[in-house]
Order: sequence, then C-alpha cells, then structure tokens
Amino acid sequence: MTLWERLYFPEIIHGMSITIRAFFRPKFTRQYPEERWTPPPVFRGRPVLVMEDETGIERCVACGLCARVCPSLAIEVQAAETELDKERYPERFEINMLRCIFCGFCEEVCPEEAIIMSKDFELTFSNTRDAIYGKDKLLIPASQLKDRLDFLKQYR
Amino acid sequence: MVAIVALIKVIVVVLVILGTVAYLVLLERKVSAYMQDRIGPNRVGPKGLFQPFADILKLVLKEMIVPRKANKFVHALAPVISITVALSALAVIPFGNYVVIGGQKISLMIANVNIGVLYILAMSSLGVYGITLSGWASNNKYSLLGGLRSSAQMISYELSLGLSIIGVLMIDGTLRLDKIVESQSGWHWNIFYQPLGFLVFVTAAFAETNRLPFDLPEAEPELVGGYHTEYSGMRWGLFFLSEYTNMIVSSALMATLYFGGWSLPYVNYSAMSPNIAAIVQVATFLAKTGIFIFIYMWVRWTVPRFRYDQLMNVGWKIMLPLAFLNLIGTGAVMLAVR
Repeated sequence: MTLWERLYFPEIIHGMSITIRAFFRPKFTRQYPEERWTPPPVFRGRPVLVMEDETGIERCVACGLCARVCPSLAIEVQAAETELDKERYPERFEINMLRCIFCGFCEEVCPEEAIIMSKDFELTFSNTRDAIYGKDKLLIPASQLKDRLDFLKQYR
Repeated sequence: MVAIVALIKVIVVVLVILGTVAYLVLLERKVSAYMQDRIGPNRVGPKGLFQPFADILKLVLKEMIVPRKANKFVHALAPVISITVALSALAVIPFGNYVVIGGQKISLMIANVNIGVLYILAMSSLGVYGITLSGWASNNKYSLLGGLRSSAQMISYELSLGLSIIGVLMIDGTLRLDKIVESQSGWHWNIFYQPLGFLVFVTAAFAETNRLPFDLPEAEPELVGGYHTEYSGMRWGLFFLSEYTNMIVSSALMATLYFGGWSLPYVNYSAMSPNIAAIVQVATFLAKTGIFIFIYMWVRWTVPRFRYDQLMNVGWKIMLPLAFLNLIGTGAVMLAVR
C-alpha cells in the first residue's frame, strides 16, 4: 500500500463519496402489490394444462411422461379412455404446488405441448390440501397462453 | 422555583430526545436504504413516518426473556444504567443562550456546572458499565466477549478522547460548555485551530459510542449480537435507545466544542429580541448536531468493521500519539503567539 492509502482517512472520504452518490441515485425497488409485473414469455411460472378454445377439451393424452420426469414427484396423472380421436384423456390430473420446483421438465418432455409454464407466480394457499391443484385450476384456454406457446414454437 | 424550572427543562429534554431517537432509527433505516439503492420503510403512515410507533409498540409488547442461569438483578439493571448514563450526559449541553419568560432569564442548558466537559467525559466512561455488566450477567459466551471487548475498547479510546479535548480547553481556557461556545463566536470555530484534534476526537467518539467502524461489542457476524444477545423486548430497546442517545450527545459535543455550538457567524443575536434569538440559536445548534448525526450514519453505511487487533493498534499506536502531538503542538503555538 502507498502512504496515501495507509493514511486511511482519504480512503474513507473516497468511500463516503461513493455512498453519497448512491444516496441520490434513482431507486430500483418495485412497490409490489401496487406495481404489478408481467413476466416475459421466458418466465417459468406455475405449470398449466392447455385447453383448446373451441372445444374446451384439454390437449393432454395422459401419457404420464410429465409425472415420470418430474424431479420432485409433484405430478399425478390418472388416465381414462375417451371416444375422441386422442382416445385417452386424464381423468384426474393433480400438481402438488408445494412440491413443484418450476423446473419446466414437464413442459420439455410433453409430446403434445399440453402442459406448459404460465406467467402466474402469485401462488397462495392457507393449507396443504389447497396446494394440490386439480384440473379445475390447471386447465387454461390456449388463447391466454399464446405468448408462451409462440415462444416454445420459436425456441424449442 | 429554580428546582421547578430545572425539572421542566429535564422533562422537556428527555421527552424530546426520546422522540428524536425513535425518528433517528427511522432515519438510519432510510439512510441505509438510500445508500444501498433501496427505498426503506414506507408502509406505515405517509412515507413511512409512523414506523417508529409501530417499532415501539412491537418492542413494548414483546416478551422480555431472561436466560435461566443469568444473574437476574444485574441483567435487569444493565440497560437501566446504560440509558440513565446516556441521558444524564445531556444535562450540560448548551442548546442555546437563554430565553426570557415572565421577566426571568432562563438558561437553555439544564445544569450550568463549571466542569461541564469533565462531567461529560465522566458520564461517557460510566457507559461502559451498562455494556460490560449486561455481557457478564447474561451468562452467554458471546455476550461476555462483547462486554469484554467494549470495556477494552472504551478504555483505550477514552484516553485519546480526553487528550483531544484538552486542546480546545487550552485555547478557550474554560471547562464550561457555554463559555466555550461564547469564545467561538464569529468565525473563531475551534475546528480551524484544532483540525487534528477534531479528527482524533471524531474517531474516538465513534469508538466511544460503539458505532461502525468500531462496533466490535456487538459485531453481528462474530458475536451474534454481542452484549445484547440475551436481551429482548423493551430491555433491548433501552440499549438501542442509549446507543442513539450517545450518538446525539457526541454529535452535540462535536458541534459545541469544534463548530461553535449555537453561535452563527454574521448573526448579531443582541440586536434581536431574546426569545427570537433563542429560537435561532436552538435551530442552529440542532442543525449542526443533525449534520453530525447524518455523518455518523453515512460512515456506518460506508466503512467496514475493524478487526479487533486493528482497533487496538489504531487506538494505542496512532490515535494516542496523534492526540499527544496535537496537545504539544497547540501548547507550542500558544507559547509562540503569546
């Protein structure tokens, strides 16, 4: 260290000049509940099941790949037969949101592009039973998920 | 009559200081937030201005936990010592010259004793007891370490604190704080005659008040909370209160000893009516004190904590010789000028 640095007081003044500049800089804090944030399409929010707009039927064919790949074993699928072209559909589809780690593996592995990550990150529940999201909460019309579907077409 | 006036002054000063401390805590949080590019508390009340009341309410409602094997009496006594000593140091601070109420001159300091500076030094050294006793009484190794550190630190820095003040006393030739203020009227502020002494004084004052960069008694990363690890609720609040009161006292002392206290250059107080002059004086004094309090916070959120050996090295090998140098230099110059 030079003598100037060893004096220490000039360096304190230097440090104080830095902090006082930060004092007057604009702040980045977002006032959350009032100022909302819409995530970009890359964002991985809670996984949802895509529902076709016209028919109101989910794309899922209950192959169970998502449940198989899920590292935290959050997904449970129970398949059943149907008269539709796809022949199989999930009778029960449950994601335990306390277990989900938002890794997006289910979306990656899905052959039908039926389960995708949404922009929803505000998840609250007051007991563990409410944390298990069934088909009622998971089915979202494809039109509402357009951003993510377009993003997946472009980059996957 | 004199006793009643003194009592009223005591009550006013204590209440004002306690209120100020509550808002200093908010100020500190705001200052730290702004220096870290954050906003800080802004939810309770407009712009977060009612945050202190929420804090105090929380502290009062919290349980005061006493460790099972603690010395209960000393454990309860220590925070009281801390706050009493911190508040009593305010007794000799001159907030202004005097006000005239009902034809009577009332001096704007609680006690005009002729050894004001000595009294403040005595009170600031008594503050060690509160911290050391709390560290010992908690029956916790971290508390004890914090207490020991604080006693060693405060004793080391007391020397240079006292020695740096002697320079001021030599120039002004008095121990009365009001006389020291009067002799600095105009631009005869002691900072211009005692720059080195002021530097030593500020450093020692930071160490005396246990503020960063010298907050080793409560160094969170090493000692959990230091001497107040085992305190909670309002007892902990008292320690907090005394820390901020000490900060106010030493800021007031810096303003009084080195920056002319309530005097303001180019302002002729004798031309004004005494009560208006008193208001201007108090405002001047509070502004000067406020600037030093801000500097306290500014330094805290800038400079990292010293290591313990560095602290002792700075105290004994740098600050003490500098204080002596300042003393001898002042004496030599005074001899030469005379």
